[in-house]
Amino acid sequence: MIETENLSKRYGEREILREISFSIRDGEIFGLIGPSGSGKSTLLRLLDLIEMPTRGSLSILGEDALSRDARFRLRRRMAMLSQKPVIFARTVSENIAIGMKYRKASQATIHERVSQALRDIGLPGYAERPARTLSGGEAQRVALARAMVTDPEILFLDEPTANLDPHSVEKIEEIILRLNRDSGTTVVVSTHDMLQGQRLAGRMGVIMEGELPQIGTTVEIFHRPATKNIARFVQVANILDGTITEHYGGEVSVDISGKTFCAVSPMNPGKQVNILFRAEDVTIGLDGNSRTSARNVYPGRIARLMPSGPFVHVVIDCGFDITGLVTLRSVEDLGLTPGKDVWVSVKATAIHVLPLEK
Amino acid sequence: MAGEIVQGFIQAIQLILSRDPEVIQITILSLEISLASTLLSACIAIPLGALLYYYNFPGKRAVVNLVQTLYALPTVIAGLFLFLLISNQGPLGFFHLLYTAPGMIIAQMILVIPLIIGLTFAALSSINPEMRQTVLSLGATTVQSLWTLIGEARFGILAAVILGFGRAISEVGAAMIIGGNIRGYTRVLTTAISLETSVGDFALAIALGFILLSVAVIVNVALNLVQSGSMWQSSQWTS
Repeated sequence: MIETENLSKRYGEREILREISFSIRDGEIFGLIGPSGSGKSTLLRLLDLIEMPTRGSLSILGEDALSRDARFRLRRRMAMLSQKPVIFARTVSENIAIGMKYRKASQATIHERVSQALRDIGLPGYAERPARTLSGGEAQRVALARAMVTDPEILFLDEPTANLDPHSVEKIEEIILRLNRDSGTTVVVSTHDMLQGQRLAGRMGVIMEGELPQIGTTVEIFHRPATKNIARFVQVANILDGTITEHYGGEVSVDISGKTFCAVSPMNPGKQVNILFRAEDVTIGLDGNSRTSARNVYPGRIARLMPSGPFVHVVIDCGFDITGLVTLRSVEDLGLTPGKDVWVSVKATAIHVLPLEK
Repeated sequence: MAGEIVQGFIQAIQLILSRDPEVIQITILSLEISLASTLLSACIAIPLGALLYYYNFPGKRAVVNLVQTLYALPTVIAGLFLFLLISNQGPLGFFHLLYTAPGMIIAQMILVIPLIIGLTFAALSSINPEMRQTVLSLGATTVQSLWTLIGEARFGILAAVILGFGRAISEVGAAMIIGGNIRGYTRVLTTAISLETSVGDFALAIALGFILLSVAVIVNVALNLVQSGSMWQSSQWTS
């Protein structure tokens, strides 16, 4: 559906994107996650053909998308919703209809589709309002409707819900998922909110400083990030330095400050590594033998508690800090307070091992 | 002298109130010529201003500067330039435009076109730069893009046209040189005021002056209305 090879973009001396190669499949929702300013928006503008790459090749819907005559044709088969949508100084229905008017749709079709779209986005009765009197969330929904009514085969969404209220976020995510399910529209959505990426996308690409260091399912990216930077971005709470001491049958022993961790990795003894595991993969117990099949069980003392909604991050000093995530209720049931002695356990399969980055 | 001026004012009011045929004829001719020149200029200058905004090319900045410089083109220079072109010995003499109303319309267009091009360019430049990308992304052709963008900048562009009309109706140099101030034929408000003043007929000059001022006031009120419309529009800008 979309294939890029070594796509690069430079503005003057600034290189925004470097050698981006990946492909997006027909009918999938593909997420692009990465910190703000990493190049996600630029990549989407290149894919939507409203900007040209400095180097590289791009094929969309089986055509060489960079050739002059293909660009206009392909643009009409795609649509884009940006973070701050441009709203025309016209009524809401005129805003929604504009793409159809460009395509010379009949008045009857336009009327019918605009009415349907207004119902779909939850704004029936807004047709004749001046569009610029809408709130941010409403304007974003109108812009989404404007993109949808042209029946795009590919829809690009650039941080579609940044700075919106939770109700609008939910509504927009619901519309995107429905569009993908019912019409088979391929969706490419960029977000710095990895949870949104997880809610919407099947596969994701991570963009960091203009490069695309990892593509994979959400599970792969959240649990087996390709670099330490990605691990930090997807909020892997535990990143520890160590050295592999043993390798046996696909498993390794890693020495971390005198304590041994078992993990699954093909790497050889002597190698310096980072071991990574998520806070939610850490089990906290009051005694070391209780009900755990985990191979890595260590005593420690609670250093601090950091509440986060209905959950609490518990930082435990085991000679190095390990952060676990438990529910607020568990904190009360187990009587977890700073200074309390506890046991932490992590399964060997939950630990991801990366070569130590210089 | 003071008596003459007072006398002139009184007679001027009488001329206007009695709908003096000459006053009315001069006023209507003035409005016709300036409206025609402004509308024709708008038809040429708005698309040119839009193209100037839309396309990037080497020397674009210089073109914009040149256009802006021409805002202040002295009207007699425009008149002289056109005179040389359309006089009987000039390269375009065979059109016989000298001392005709169409000739005056062309002269005023030379003055008004740069103004409307420049102000159209400025009005388009002041709209959200992402609008152009949005329009492209929505599948517009180049012509559709330009049309949409002009629609978005409509208040600014309308203001440009009103200012153009103001320049056309108030200029005297080109109208005098090209029109020749022929009574009943090419005599307009400004050239008539100039003539009547020089021959000492203050009453007619003042009467025509009143009318010209009224036109200026109407233009200014229209401009203010347009600008407050555009301010209302930008105050409605959300997200």
